[in-house]
Amino acid sequence: MQMSEKDVAALVKEISGSDVKKCMKCGKCSATCPAYGEMRFHPHQFVSMVARGRVEELLKDPTVTRCLSCFACVERCPRGVEPANVVAAIRVLAEREQEGSNISPADVPKLVAGDPEIPQQALVSAFRKYRK
Amino acid sequence: MSVNGNLTAAPAANAPAAEWKPRIVAFCCNWCSYAGADLAGSSRLAYPADVKIIRVPCSCRVNPMFILKAFERGADGVILCGCHPGDCHYSTGNYYTRRRMALLFSMLDYIGVERGRTRVEWVSAAEGARFSKVMNDFVAKIRELGENVKVGDLRCKE
Amino acid sequence: MHRIGVFVCWCGSNIAATVDVERVVAEAKVQPGVVFAQDYQYMCSEAGQNIIKDAIRTHALTGVVVCSCSPRMHEATFRKAASLAGLNPYMVEIANIREHCSWIHKDKEEGTEKACVLMRAAVAKVTLNVPLKAGESKVVKRALVIGGGIAGIQTALDIADAGFPVDIVEKNATIGGRMAQLDKTFPTLDCSSCILTPKMVEAKANENIRLITYAEVEEVSGFVGSFKAKIRKKARFVKEDVCTGCGVCMSKCPSKKGLNEFNMGLNNRSAIYIPFAQAIPNVAVIDKEQCIKLKTGKCGLCEKVCTAGAIDYTQQDEFIEEEYGAIVMATGFRPIDASKFDEYSYSTCKDVVTSLELERIMNAAGPTGGVLLRPSDGKHPHSIVFIQCVGSRDVSGRGKPYCSKICCMYTAKHAMLIRDKYPDVEVHVFYIDVRTPGKNFDEFYRRAAEQYDVDYIKGQVGKVYEENGQLVVRGVDLISNEQIVLNADMVVLATAIEPDPTARKVANMLTASIDTNDFITEAHPKLRPVESPTAGIFLSGVCQGPKDIPETVSQAGAAASKVIGLLAKDKLTTNPCVAHSDELLCNGCSCCEKVCPYGAISYDTKLINDHGVKENRRVATVNEALCQGCGACTVVCPSGAMDLKGFSNKQIMAEVDAICL
Repeated sequence: MQMSEKDVAALVKEISGSDVKKCMKCGKCSATCPAYGEMRFHPHQFVSMVARGRVEELLKDPTVTRCLSCFACVERCPRGVEPANVVAAIRVLAEREQEGSNISPADVPKLVAGDPEIPQQALVSAFRKYRK
Repeated sequence: MSVNGNLTAAPAANAPAAEWKPRIVAFCCNWCSYAGADLAGSSRLAYPADVKIIRVPCSCRVNPMFILKAFERGADGVILCGCHPGDCHYSTGNYYTRRRMALLFSMLDYIGVERGRTRVEWVSAAEGARFSKVMNDFVAKIRELGENVKVGDLRCKE
Repeated sequence: MHRIGVFVCWCGSNIAATVDVERVVAEAKVQPGVVFAQDYQYMCSEAGQNIIKDAIRTHALTGVVVCSCSPRMHEATFRKAASLAGLNPYMVEIANIREHCSWIHKDKEEGTEKACVLMRAAVAKVTLNVPLKAGESKVVKRALVIGGGIAGIQTALDIADAGFPVDIVEKNATIGGRMAQLDKTFPTLDCSSCILTPKMVEAKANENIRLITYAEVEEVSGFVGSFKAKIRKKARFVKEDVCTGCGVCMSKCPSKKGLNEFNMGLNNRSAIYIPFAQAIPNVAVIDKEQCIKLKTGKCGLCEKVCTAGAIDYTQQDEFIEEEYGAIVMATGFRPIDASKFDEYSYSTCKDVVTSLELERIMNAAGPTGGVLLRPSDGKHPHSIVFIQCVGSRDVSGRGKPYCSKICCMYTAKHAMLIRDKYPDVEVHVFYIDVRTPGKNFDEFYRRAAEQYDVDYIKGQVGKVYEENGQLVVRGVDLISNEQIVLNADMVVLATAIEPDPTARKVANMLTASIDTNDFITEAHPKLRPVESPTAGIFLSGVCQGPKDIPETVSQAGAAASKVIGLLAKDKLTTNPCVAHSDELLCNGCSCCEKVCPYGAISYDTKLINDHGVKENRRVATVNEALCQGCGACTVVCPSGAMDLKGFSNKQIMAEVDAICL
């Protein structure tokens, strides 16, 4: 089922456990970020984007993976917003949102025929990896 | 609750089965909780009308007899609110309350009035929102427990 | 026979919109004992009160129930009206159908039903009311001010001007407080000492003011009008009335390693010292942790050089006991400990200072003689970074959730003063928001930015660190959306302020309520901002909440006027709702005596006539002047002898009955 951008933003909040509304826009997360220059969107920006429900661009941005997960922003945020957890949630969702599964059901007979010893677990994992 | 249904006297045999409304007595100390209730009012923070407040000077004024009396008269829940520990207007009143109620509530539980029907809460004069939240929680709990057992006085035959 | 009148107020539409007042009146009319019931739009208005008075007279009412707003609002109003009509004021009960009913319920049916129940409970209670007479208690015409900063000084001066004696108890060796440490004051930039020291001198000279410095309040008992305080005057080891303040001892003292508290520990002072040149009283004090004579018995140099003979190494703490009619808390504040924020390297880099430290560096009487020199090497700094909101608006647990209110303005002041005196110094200010509500405040801040070219950067600093002997500041500019790295010679932290750590102890002693941040709670946040809910305790200055000097001074004056109003009375009426023991029932067990927090209960042996049997019994007696009416004793009494007037067992039981009907 296709989710709206707002729903995805809500999902980001749920996965990250972070209350982005608590942000008072001081920018200490970005000031403290060692990977600031590496990322197209900076910590204070993606907190604000998630708060406003604008996550499409974030999900498409490959540079979110450059976050070092050093948690300096979490440590120093005066409001307990936890920007690093927001990034982590974005990454998880971006991963889940990838198009297509590794295999389709139609591939199964062929795979099993090719290698009767193939672990069932591997097939199941290959199915369930992606949401779409 | 069906277990108690036959024990609770119906008001009149032919009366239509009206929606059950819990009777809840709240004792509030004058300095903190009563003022907190006032603040809940002036902030328009709603809680169910089942809660009726009795003003007492201090939570330590509440004699266990008052609570037993309330249950005897058919109350479904009794809540006692005082100042936060350390903030009692009379310095130590709420400490007495805390100890007295610990004993009373375990006795009530023993005689069949569930633990959830009695509660002590600390609400300061500045905590209107908390007062409302506490009352909503408490009423929800009482609704969940349903009608109370009838605590009667054996000496008074009907 | 009871003759009760019930008066139901509409409060305009506040009550009438959710409560069918006519139905409440109709219901009231059928209550036992009720002979009269009426509704009116505004019962508290003069016309409304006249309705009550007329009804009391024409219907010979013995009790009155007013269904209206909270008794905390208008109980006194209606009691006064009743007494004017000849009814004992304590025969009036209020059913709170506004705050506890109409304002919180939307459904009119539900609201009306609840209002009826509340009315019924009040009627049930009032039938058991008995006329009470308020007692009288004395007013000791002396006030105590705890804290000798600008708040305490101003309050004391105003009280003294009205002709009442005041004691100021100050824990430090001099009065003056935080304001004495400041260099200039915003937004006018006048010199802080120049405006404060004349007030300190005035406090010293005023014959109505007694300064008790280097002292702390140890114990407080009693109640409004007659508090009793025990004050510990710490040993100074210098006779206060003999010392001339010449300062020779300070120059001769060989122990010079004590940190100078007045300069925020930026330099050292001798073991015997006068806190600062304009100290009041201008009397030396010996720091017993640093004094060689007091620690080892050897030395005694100061005694030898003191021509006045003021040194006394054997001095002990003294205790002063005094009675007061009113007590003012003016315990002030301190900056929070910046070392909790290790990302700013406060504890490791000497050139990272707090604003109060900078204040001392800028001051002519400070460690650098007023020349801006950085602490590490005493060199002139060329670039200074200010960081605002260090620990303010911080819910992470390291700081304070509130805005400290004064930092935006003092940072603008520092930036401006530095740019004015040293135009070669680059000044950057990292801010989250610049908050300048106050007369001429925003103009002041804009002047710093526009006229003095202070570089205001919207964003925070993430880290301050030292690299090859150079301070580096990494922050963010949220407007241009870039991370910036600046080299700085000095970093100044605008640390949050917190109530002085003594505030909690003092508040507990006075039974004044205190909030989660240790600020003292006011009786009403808007309408009674300088009074504590505890009668006779008043609040002055930052102990109530962050504020700047003009606000502190106005609050100090307001607190003083409240104190003067109290001390001007000859007698106070006491609450007649006090405990009372039935001598016939009392078994002399002493349970009540043990729980009474006021020591109001004593035991006497009395001749009791118990239904014809006369015998001597040990029975409890309540001192009505001391009893505050909490009721703790009524519950512990095993024989049911102890009861509380106005909230008797029977009255409360009647309310319970009426509610559970």
